Amino acid sequence: MLDFLLRVFGRETSSSKNVAKERLRLVLVHDRADMSPQLLQELKEDLIKVISNYMEIDENALEVNLDTSDNSVALVANIPIIRMKRSSNRAEKIG
Amino acid sequence: MGEVIVITSGKGGVGKTTTTANIGTALAALGYKVVLVDTDIGLRNLDVVLGLENRIVYDIVDVTHGHCRMKQALIKDKRFEGLHLLPAAQTKDKTAVTPDQMKELCRDLKKEFDYVIIDCPAGIEQGFKNAIAGAEKAVVVTTPEVSAVRDADRIIGLLEAAELHDPKLIVNRIRPLMVKKGDMMSIEDIIDILAIDLLGVVPEDEMIVVTTNKGEPAVLDNNSRAGQAYRNMARRITGEDVPLMDLQDDTGFINRLKKLIGFK
Repeated sequence: MLDFLLRVFGRETSSSKNVAKERLRLVLVHDRADMSPQLLQELKEDLIKVISNYMEIDENALEVNLDTSDNSVALVANIPIIRMKRSSNRAEKIG
Repeated sequence: MGEVIVITSGKGGVGKTTTTANIGTALAALGYKVVLVDTDIGLRNLDVVLGLENRIVYDIVDVTHGHCRMKQALIKDKRFEGLHLLPAAQTKDKTAVTPDQMKELCRDLKKEFDYVIIDCPAGIEQGFKNAIAGAEKAVVVTTPEVSAVRDADRIIGLLEAAELHDPKLIVNRIRPLMVKKGDMMSIEDIIDILAIDLLGVVPEDEMIVVTTNKGEPAVLDNNSRAGQAYRNMARRITGEDVPLMDLQDDTGFINRLKKLIGFK
């Protein structure tokens, strides 16, 4: 009812243009998140490098994917740990 | 040495061919030597929009395959000395030409012409890759619709990947009254989303249908608002600083009266 009244008095809260903009925004979040497999592989390798400083991981079982749900895109990584390190390699290097 | 500009969009039917014909004609009217290249092999249309369909002997495939010399395939416009068309082939498909052949073609053409304007086919496959291969600058045409803006975004990404940086945007078929009512995305909305510079805005104009029916680009008609928009864009391409035209719909009484006196 209120919506109708606002429409009548020309103060619509949800003009169709805003609907269009919001739908575009969401669809482009997904479109633009379309990472090339090569780029994803590079990310994987970098991740392994960094994480290996702190823990021993099962590199073959490592999974990195972009997960797109209704209104967001997330980077989801599944990284099985074999063993934790007591001190990081970095600390050893410094020490 | 001339400049090679590709007119692209991703989505079909947003006005690539109309834009190519009008900007090209406007540049020729300014005195430049211009060649328009139709790369939509299999679905050629630029010839009919320009009204030159009866003069085609050879086409782009004949040139790239060495069946004729470039000069033989170029069709001279009937209105402007400096305007030429290199038509697409109608009976072959997009694979009849390769990106390397297009690069060579563009290299040859820009020796002769100030502006080489390439009409790109819809889509992102071989035809698109051919069309952008020899280009130095790109123009992306869109309309204020979700589907067209989405495709434009994709095209901008692909142009960037092909090292065609800094493409310019044309927003076609805008209806100022609908924008005012909040029922159509505005220029600001679209630029906000696509984040590229504007080359121009074309208001929805029935004259486009009329001029296309006749095979005479709208820039030749002084009463056409779309024609005015394209003339402005041509001047911007040459480096001139031209402000955006007033987009108010000419539906007011005075304007309708003017229109009545102006023609018909």
